[in-house]
Amino acid sequence: MRRNPQKTQSIAFFFLFLATFLVVLPVGLIVLVIIQKGLPAINWQFLSDIPRQGMRAGGIFPAIVGTLYLVSGAIIFALPIGLLAAVYLSEYSKDTLLTRMIKLAIVNLAGVPSVVYGLFGLALFVVFLKFGASILSGSLTLGIMILPIIITTSREALESVPYSFREVSLSLGASKWQTIRHIVLPNAIPGILTGTILGLGRAAGETAPILFTVAAFYLPRLPGSVFDQAMALPYHLYVISTQVPNVDEKTRYGTALVLLTLVLFMNLVAIVIRYQFRKKKKW
Amino acid sequence: MIMRKFKEFIIEKLIFCCGIAVIFFVALIFLFLLKEGLALFKIVSIPSFLFGKNWYPISEPPQLGILPLILGSLYVTVGAAIISIPIGVACAVYIAEVAPQNIKELLKSGIELLAAIPSVVLGFIGMVTLVPWVKHAFGLPTGLTAVSGSIILAFMAMPTIVSIAEDALYSVPRAYKEGALALGATHWQAIYRVILPAASSGILAAVMLGIGRVIGETMAVMMITGNSAVIPSSILQPVRTLTATIAAEMGEAVVGSEHYFALFAIGIVLFLISFAVNVTADIFLHKKR
Repeated sequence: MRRNPQKTQSIAFFFLFLATFLVVLPVGLIVLVIIQKGLPAINWQFLSDIPRQGMRAGGIFPAIVGTLYLVSGAIIFALPIGLLAAVYLSEYSKDTLLTRMIKLAIVNLAGVPSVVYGLFGLALFVVFLKFGASILSGSLTLGIMILPIIITTSREALESVPYSFREVSLSLGASKWQTIRHIVLPNAIPGILTGTILGLGRAAGETAPILFTVAAFYLPRLPGSVFDQAMALPYHLYVISTQVPNVDEKTRYGTALVLLTLVLFMNLVAIVIRYQFRKKKKW
Repeated sequence: MIMRKFKEFIIEKLIFCCGIAVIFFVALIFLFLLKEGLALFKIVSIPSFLFGKNWYPISEPPQLGILPLILGSLYVTVGAAIISIPIGVACAVYIAEVAPQNIKELLKSGIELLAAIPSVVLGFIGMVTLVPWVKHAFGLPTGLTAVSGSIILAFMAMPTIVSIAEDALYSVPRAYKEGALALGATHWQAIYRVILPAASSGILAAVMLGIGRVIGETMAVMMITGNSAVIPSSILQPVRTLTATIAAEMGEAVVGSEHYFALFAIGIVLFLISFAVNVTADIFLHKKR
């Protein structure tokens, strides 16, 4: 007897649903557990005080500030280069071998393991250029790491601006750069913003690239210049969960919560901007 | 007018430079890995580095064989692949074909959020939840094992697999599916017999990139696989991956020592693996179009 195709379909779809459930459920669970166990640790002192008693008490303020410095530095470096590279790919490049190589290079840059970025940052910025373990070295390393994210999203945003917009502008006598500057870029801003925020989120959460380029194990003061070492949230979480014995469970969850909130908040903002933009799109 | 032309000329050159800067950065990464890593091969031959069974970097003289680390990475990666490939591809099919439109957007956002969770947070969660569970479930002396690493890494590979496979399924021409349905196939038959084969090269690329992500993952794996650099005999033993070795030991390695060179040589190996994976995946992705 032949199997009933309708029945087979129901069974197959059930398993597909189950798989999806298995992917999405842990996200919810992880976030819930961290909020539930981390929230009791969050208070003004935890957010604004330096770590005390070998990081077993006090707060995580220097780590928060360090992460903010690193992320700002990374974006200051990566946004201009990434945006202009996206403009080149979307507006100037032709279908040549060079373009193909650039695209392949972007894919590869996105695939390089994060710890290899750490090695690279150590070899180039810390040792060769003698920046030492510093915010500057860490920011540049993170900046190169987030370039592919910024280029890919910005390029998509630029390419989604209809071709007719450019034609009208060019036919009115504007030059190519004027068209890009006054027509293409303004229409692509939401997409570029999305990419920038995603890049920020990625830079804020990465640990391996900053391990040897900037991260300080314990530095209970704020960095004074870009040549100073700094603490950073993800590295701090790593340190208090594996390197320091007898840290209060609450403190670990609290640190995880602050980091997760920072990263997920940026991603949510990016998702909302993209959603609003798609809804409002006039073309 | 001439001023303006000149200004445009400068700007266009600047844009071009930023465009090729990406190639420059990839080359720069490779060059600096080579610069620091190749020095090792004056002391240790390439075969005895790759296939040496002992990794004792600080003994005297140091023994720098990375076979235990390669096997550690392999165990963890194979485990993660076995878990993440079926689930990831099934999830992609569900999102691309079965899920209603409004739920689809929600699911995609959910998967994006999974991709965004920092690996150190996943490692931490794995340490406090999964590791004790594995220890009890299998009655082991420690829960810090290859299998714990595989489970957490599977979740890091899934967003990559799902989003790229979903793209591949989405770009199968509608006419294929409509043709199958018109011939009397059920929706599932159309998916299984027509859409999946048509999207196969894209799905293969998705799987490769997912596995690439697993091989390169560092922090989570370092926190939950137990970090023991010996050749593992089962997946229920602690292992140490290539990435975790670099992350754990570079802090103590003296700049310019053999240990330092060896860690960079591991970096070269990782770079070459990720290069091969990405180039191959890219070829598969372009074959589709």
